[in-house]
Amino acid sequence: MITDIESYPRDLAAQVLQGERRAIARILSLVEDGQPPAREVLANLYSHTGKAHLIGVTGPPGAGKSTLLLGLAKEFRARGKKVGIVAVDPSSPLSGGALLGDRIRMQELTADGGVFIRSMAARGHLGGLALATSDAVKILDAAGYEIIFIETVGAGQAEVEIASEAHTTMVVEAPGLGDEIQALKSGILEVGDIFVVNKSDREGAEATLSALRFMLKTEENRPSSKWQPPLIKAVATKGEGVLEIADALQKHLAYLKESGEWEERNRMRSEQEVMRILGAELLSRLRGRLEGESWAAILSQVAERKLDPYRAAEELLAELPLPSE
Amino acid sequence: MTSHSGKIRILIAKPGLDGHDRGAKVVARALRDAGFEVIYTGLRQTPEMIAESALQEDVDLVGLSILSGAHLDLFPQIVGKLREKGLDKVKVFAGGIIPEEDISTLQKMGISAVFGPGTSTQDIIRFVKETLGS
Repeated sequence: MITDIESYPRDLAAQVLQGERRAIARILSLVEDGQPPAREVLANLYSHTGKAHLIGVTGPPGAGKSTLLLGLAKEFRARGKKVGIVAVDPSSPLSGGALLGDRIRMQELTADGGVFIRSMAARGHLGGLALATSDAVKILDAAGYEIIFIETVGAGQAEVEIASEAHTTMVVEAPGLGDEIQALKSGILEVGDIFVVNKSDREGAEATLSALRFMLKTEENRPSSKWQPPLIKAVATKGEGVLEIADALQKHLAYLKESGEWEERNRMRSEQEVMRILGAELLSRLRGRLEGESWAAILSQVAERKLDPYRAAEELLAELPLPSE
Repeated sequence: MTSHSGKIRILIAKPGLDGHDRGAKVVARALRDAGFEVIYTGLRQTPEMIAESALQEDVDLVGLSILSGAHLDLFPQIVGKLREKGLDKVKVFAGGIIPEEDISTLQKMGISAVFGPGTSTQDIIRFVKETLGS
């Protein structure tokens, strides 16, 4: 039974490996809440991860990401794949609450045992994802979901975190979202592997397409990649373009494996992950030791402009018995 | 469940064939503003869709909104599906247009609370907090 969750991380991990949906859902919550057993469960699952094709889906709010995902999930189900979806929405900075509405467009998939959808609140994390997103993806990966879509919060130009999280990043644009000019700016457009202009039956679609086409042409100097990002027209509500996108995603996967970029991206992701964990861990240990009088004293000196923040950080670090070289 | 250690997650769902979801959205927003994570699934949800969403999202509570009058038929089906999936601890509350005389029947069917038209969203928030001991 799940009730004794704290005492049986190993059993829980075993249940996840068997694809037990309730266990998957429980562990996702433990990970999101940063509960202690989460780490042990993840440790037991880690060697079973690394198989899934992780696909990031990003783009401005209202571009039709969720509707497109419905079509793509159905297509990959028809191709015999189990599909996981992690959909991230923003948390309210005021209340800490969140209204997660990505399921609305995808509820049809709920009846399919080969699909698992989880909504996640960003919980104050910037970059378009939640802090727990990468661990959530690992859980679904270990549970046997072969294609995992990660839908970011409606992203602008700075939310490029998805590119380091996913193997394939798909950027979804739509006409009339002010992207003609924004397309020329750097940001998510530089990290996309596949570009989709959704709602392409709408007015302004040609302008959006040609702006993107121009941008992609001038962006050809991508470092160390021979992949030419395709630009695909879609009308998600009618299912148009879905087949083509699914083919492009599989083609990109094949490209990654053949070119060696699959391993490269995995290595990069591992490095970033370890660095991130290390940074958070170090900071929390530092904070644990620094809480105290000198901490408060130094902070008020900074607030009163008697000490600059860089010197403050140095002084705080100097108090710590860090291992010497 | 005495106290809740993680973030409280609530599914708001509309079973049946109602044509609009204004009430459900007002409640969803109020719960978000009270600091909860609310998963909203939209109109015309079957009991299976609601229960499976509750499972995948690992929610603590399910709030059902219904206007059509099918509550006596649909609510026990939903509670049954939740129990079938092992979600014994998930509490269900309801709102919408539900006649006074049906409330005790619904409570016997496993609905923890029924909020009629004119309920203040504060009452619902209080119910959530009391139920989960937060």
